[in-house]
Amino acid sequence: MIDGYFSLYQTRSVNERKFSNFGKTEIGMQKTGFIPAIPDFTLTPRIDQVGAEERASRFTKRSIKKESKVNGLKLVLNMIDLTTLEGKDTEGKVKQLCYKAMHLHDALPGLPTVAAVCVYPTMVRTAKKALLDSGIKVASVATAFPSGQASKEVKIKDTKYAVDNGADEVDMVISRGKFHAGEYNYVYDEIAEIKEACGEARLKVILETSDLITFDKIRRASDIAMYAGADFIKTATGKVQPPSSMPVALIMLEAIRDFYYKTGRMVGMKPAGGISKAKAALHYLVMVKEVLGEAWLNNHWFRFGASSLANDVLMQIMKEKTGVYQCASYFSVD
Amino acid sequence: MPATKKKNVKKSNTIKLKFDTSWNYAPAPESKSAATIKKQYDLFINGEWVKPLSHKYFDTSDPANEEKLSEVAEANAADVDRAVKAARNAYEKVWKKMPAKERAKYIFRIARMVQERARELAIIESMDGGKPIRESRDFDIPTAANHFFYYAGWADKLDYAFPNRNTNPLGVAGQIIPWNFPLLMAAWKIAPALATGNTVVLKPAETTPLTALKLAEIIQESGLPEGVVNIVSGGGATGAAIVNHPDINKIAFTGSTEVGKLIQKSIAGTNKKITLELGGKAANIIFEDAPIDQAVEGVINGVYFNQGHVCCAGSRLYIQESVAPELIRKLRDRIETLIVGDPLDKNTDIGAINSKQQLDTIRRYLKIGKEEGYEMYESSCPLPAKGYWCRPTIFTDVAQSARIAQEEIFGPVLAILTFRTDDEVIQKANNTPYGLSAGVWTDKGSKIFNLTKRMRAGVIWANTFNKFDPSSPFGGYKESGFGREGGLHGLLPYVNLSH
Repeated sequence: MIDGYFSLYQTRSVNERKFSNFGKTEIGMQKTGFIPAIPDFTLTPRIDQVGAEERASRFTKRSIKKESKVNGLKLVLNMIDLTTLEGKDTEGKVKQLCYKAMHLHDALPGLPTVAAVCVYPTMVRTAKKALLDSGIKVASVATAFPSGQASKEVKIKDTKYAVDNGADEVDMVISRGKFHAGEYNYVYDEIAEIKEACGEARLKVILETSDLITFDKIRRASDIAMYAGADFIKTATGKVQPPSSMPVALIMLEAIRDFYYKTGRMVGMKPAGGISKAKAALHYLVMVKEVLGEAWLNNHWFRFGASSLANDVLMQIMKEKTGVYQCASYFSVD
Repeated sequence: MPATKKKNVKKSNTIKLKFDTSWNYAPAPESKSAATIKKQYDLFINGEWVKPLSHKYFDTSDPANEEKLSEVAEANAADVDRAVKAARNAYEKVWKKMPAKERAKYIFRIARMVQERARELAIIESMDGGKPIRESRDFDIPTAANHFFYYAGWADKLDYAFPNRNTNPLGVAGQIIPWNFPLLMAAWKIAPALATGNTVVLKPAETTPLTALKLAEIIQESGLPEGVVNIVSGGGATGAAIVNHPDINKIAFTGSTEVGKLIQKSIAGTNKKITLELGGKAANIIFEDAPIDQAVEGVINGVYFNQGHVCCAGSRLYIQESVAPELIRKLRDRIETLIVGDPLDKNTDIGAINSKQQLDTIRRYLKIGKEEGYEMYESSCPLPAKGYWCRPTIFTDVAQSARIAQEEIFGPVLAILTFRTDDEVIQKANNTPYGLSAGVWTDKGSKIFNLTKRMRAGVIWANTFNKFDPSSPFGGYKESGFGREGGLHGLLPYVNLSH
């Protein structure tokens, strides 16, 4: 990669960036105060779509049975960002969701909780209060979610509002229009500024891969987000069809690995949208295990953004325990 | 190799990924009970199972645990003669006279029956040969069935394959197949021979006869006229008896270059037609503008597919120098995630080495590579105590003159060389007595065409590797043999054309 060229254009925002969060993570191997050199994003690695799809399908051939299935499913539960992102969300709905997050299925003791509850900024305070000291994080979407079509000032305000109300994590969307127009500097700076506005909150950067279309662009957007300071990169808002696929997530995981090779800094991954079955979730775990390995196999570095996945996982866990599938009515819908 | 270089390679790998995770896959073995293997197999001649005149049987075993699976008749020259007589009789009295569309129905039926019994065939293929069930289930057996389907379609369309010519079958084809893809190679040989109106005497490999014998059961059930396909098991002597039989019109052989040369000597002066598909030492070439992660996967599929027991395996990897460190690091990480073990486990990526003899060959080359001073890296995976195993292995900084870069190892061993320019790599890639296959990885279409035009290899894959389809011809240049199998081209070795 050519390190000099692009940074000419980036001097201002890079110098102004505060890397205060680097090196302050709970687990992992972050280097304190480390600023990675910024590459020329027009030179990010090219992706062969046929090959990527073939590789991704290989993960689905792994056979996950018995104790590895149960352990995997529990891990999945613990990685879920239980989500409600609707115009009709109310405080009542969010409170119920938070209760579900803490009590996934009390009929079966010993289950983990989910990783986080993901809501709109106006619901952050409610969620924070409802989750008490459960250890479950509150994630808030921000930056004019899901389209991202707002001025940078509005987006920063949106972010600060969420953080001020207690959000532990912020899920931002990138400006896909600017990205398609080739204005990578704008996209980069925007992410860097939102990261700054996040303060201590961890930043998940949503690429909305269905808007980016090609694998080359998904890889490029992943690189921009990570170099701009993303703590996580995330596939989709869940509001655009088709939902993100395994090959797309694979491209992003490989981008994370390459970034880690180059900088030594770990970045998390969150596939979201369209993952509603336990089996699919296990395939994702296989992929994380075989692309990134042990360090990423926990909810600090890997999340599922999903609303209906949890119940399917619970149903599978109960099936493994009892030997029979139970009716969906036995699992609470929140 | 200079010592400083060694140091650099290590330094660039200080940041490591750890693939030995706390979440592991439980064993997921395919059930052996779905497969029926008889205690003893006779010879399949003239539509019947007959005791060998040799009175001899030999054992075939499971290379994953060294346990005997069955014993199989060993055909001598008298047995082969019986089989050829049956094939000749069937050819003259039935098969050559049968309308082509009727022939097609039988081939189609065999294809359907292979599909119907795919699970059993896959299990037996993995038990007898050591290949992972994922490959026998997803590649060997379906591709074998597809070959029968494909050539069933050609049987009554030969006038379209060779317009304005008359096509005449040759007569009796003697076919000798290798141990690396037992059922698939049987399909590659039998399907085009039958489609063009020939009859067959086929000898499966000594270490992997079972699926060919299962195919004989299928052929028997299919009602194919007796004597059209005869299957005689045995070793080198049986093969020689087929090659030297005076009433055979065509020899089709897939196997080592050494034996291929012997066969050609034996039939010199006879009017037997011949096709040979022999060894290889394929160059897999990665340019700096290649899609790197997909290229890594292509290298893995290219050289570790079927434990590297593949004649077209991409065992010589040429990497453009600017991307060599990154690519080698990714390859090393990737082989750490390959699972070596029980061939019947659905999660196994690399199964057992086919035989003790082959394992010894591979080990000899590993020793040569180490002694010649190339840096060797093998995955850290555990190996089962019993059976024949070899970890996926990489040699880096290999020279063009190294034996491990020149000779076919036929195992999971990759020799990595680097290059600077297009001309250089083409010259180096062609610098081999073989010429079966090659691979090229680049984002630039023009570079692909420049390379494929100048490479001397029968098959060249671009941005992929080890892809097979019945409609695509396969075969070599130079010491990799001659003649093509598969596709329209695959009909030609089995017909005489006249105006």
